[in-house]
Amino acid sequence: MFTPHPRHEEALFYLLAAIGGVVSAIGLAAALYMEHSGHVVTGMNNQIVWGLPHVFAIFLIVAASGVLNVASMGSVFGRVLYKPRAPLSGLLALAMITGGLAIIMLDLGRADRLMVAATHFNPTSVFGWNVILYPVFYGLVAVYLWTMMERRMNPYSKAAGLATFVWRVVLTSGTGSIFAFLVARQAYGSALLAPMFIVMSFSWGLAVFIVVQATMYAWNGMTLPPLILQRLKNLLATFVAAVLYLTIILHLVNAYFAKNIAFEYFILFDSDFAAPFWLGQVLIGSLLPLALLFLPATRTKALWVNLAALLVIVGAYYQLHVFIIGGQAFPLDIFPGYNVKSSFFDGAVDHYAASLPEILLAVGGLGIAFTMTTIGVRILHFLPQDDLAELEAAGGITD
Amino acid sequence: MTAPQSPDNNPRRAFIAAAGAGVAGLGFTVIAPGLHLMAVGEANAAEARKAGTAASPAVRWGLLIDAGKCAPGCTKCIDACHTENGVSEKLPDPRQNSQWIRKIELVDKRNGRVTQLPMMCQHCAEPPCVDVCPTGASMKRADGIVLVDRHTCIGCRYCMMACPYKARSFVHTPLTQQNPEVPRGQGCVESCTLCVHRIDKGQQPACVESCPEGAMVFGDLNDPASEIAKRIASVPTTQVRADLRLNQGVRYQGL
Repeated sequence: MFTPHPRHEEALFYLLAAIGGVVSAIGLAAALYMEHSGHVVTGMNNQIVWGLPHVFAIFLIVAASGVLNVASMGSVFGRVLYKPRAPLSGLLALAMITGGLAIIMLDLGRADRLMVAATHFNPTSVFGWNVILYPVFYGLVAVYLWTMMERRMNPYSKAAGLATFVWRVVLTSGTGSIFAFLVARQAYGSALLAPMFIVMSFSWGLAVFIVVQATMYAWNGMTLPPLILQRLKNLLATFVAAVLYLTIILHLVNAYFAKNIAFEYFILFDSDFAAPFWLGQVLIGSLLPLALLFLPATRTKALWVNLAALLVIVGAYYQLHVFIIGGQAFPLDIFPGYNVKSSFFDGAVDHYAASLPEILLAVGGLGIAFTMTTIGVRILHFLPQDDLAELEAAGGITD
Repeated sequence: MTAPQSPDNNPRRAFIAAAGAGVAGLGFTVIAPGLHLMAVGEANAAEARKAGTAASPAVRWGLLIDAGKCAPGCTKCIDACHTENGVSEKLPDPRQNSQWIRKIELVDKRNGRVTQLPMMCQHCAEPPCVDVCPTGASMKRADGIVLVDRHTCIGCRYCMMACPYKARSFVHTPLTQQNPEVPRGQGCVESCTLCVHRIDKGQQPACVESCPEGAMVFGDLNDPASEIAKRIASVPTTQVRADLRLNQGVRYQGL
């Protein structure tokens, strides 16, 4: 792993922060352009109404909630090895949710009406719940970070951690329910989606944490203790396997119902989404990481575990692409038993290609999360530092 | 840009509307004690809503569409709707154009029977779009008309994800040349309003009026004396995706 020379270290930090800032600014400029011209400059249309920005935003929001799992393991479940990692996990959660929300809000047709969204509340809308879910999430994570980083507040850390843990479960249930509550489209409308999104968040959040932690350790010329690496990779493998299991169940149940067979055939075998599903989500995002995390030749080496975590993140992109875009590309079954056609493309499979502005907006959200993380870890004490003696005293990895 | 003028703010228009509503609302005129002149010809027309009064929950506006009468190739209802509501933009990607109403051609997979019908917002009694709207911009008026408040729609498109009928469109481009009675806006979602501005004046929706075959009947589903209620009581009619139990205001015959 690359470790910068101390003399270059500061310059490299400013370079990274500048790159993050420029990417974020380009994203904002792209959003302004979309706002000025209308969504005509995007690849989205009246059938595929949510596109690449939503794929990136939902990844960031789901992973933001999941990355907090690392903190919860320490504070709520008393696992010693996770406690030094809790502050970094809190910072990553705040950074990623900010990036995700920025994308979602800047993609709105009327982003200027943010105050309308804040002041008009519809209690039956899962989107409406977000007005409560996100600000409270911010507040809880901020308080939680405070209780961890301010010595006098340490005694309240467990209570704050528990509240944050409960809230993040609610928040991700809400994200899954955005799709679970949709009666119209065959890809969605399953109660399984809420718990599935929670497990997805565990997996993606931990993968992001492992990658960021590896980068920070390399930057500081440190090596992750093998027993910690082993524990993290076991946990990641469990989550990846659980997501794969739930994915299989979701498709099996759907395919069991005659009315959904055409959709399942479409998404799994006969569309632009079949390859992203099998190669992207299943092979790259699930099977390869599982192999790397379990094979004796790779499972003890930080490099391979980090690569597995990166693959999980790549697989997450494909999973959301198939789920969100693929779910909309399949035509609505308004008249079961009929072949239909119309000037509004009823009965036709839609094809979506993201345009440059929406790609820049989506990447801009990543830029915001990256910049916040880079600056955060620089100015505050977020580097996980393990007290190996304490860890051994607590029973090592079997604590 | 000229702001759309509310009929309620114009005293002259308000007087005319109120007078018209009074006559149409009573449905008859007293010409001598005990002798009433009934307005039979207008029995099925909408009653104008009095200026300053709220829509009545006693009324449930609806449409009955006879697919058997819908002529192949005819687009008069679509043309009338889009003229009435100023839906005219033609974007390079036709999938980004608004379509408040469209003709769907159905071919029965079992026997090849071909049916045509116009499709628009179904004005559900339990509208999924209203449930999911974060700001309450998607709303159902007391008389059953499902509308979008253009002032509170933030353009999130969640309602478009939720609608089982693909009835909603998102305005993808800046608009000009709007009909002052039908304000639309870039970045907002929109759909058939059942020509609410016409209904409130006691007129029929533009599509209904334009159909040369008389395939569409508009009226109050709650009024047993209305033509639409009588027809629904006497011939088999269908609600599209009735399995969803959304109780649509738009019904079809001959499907």
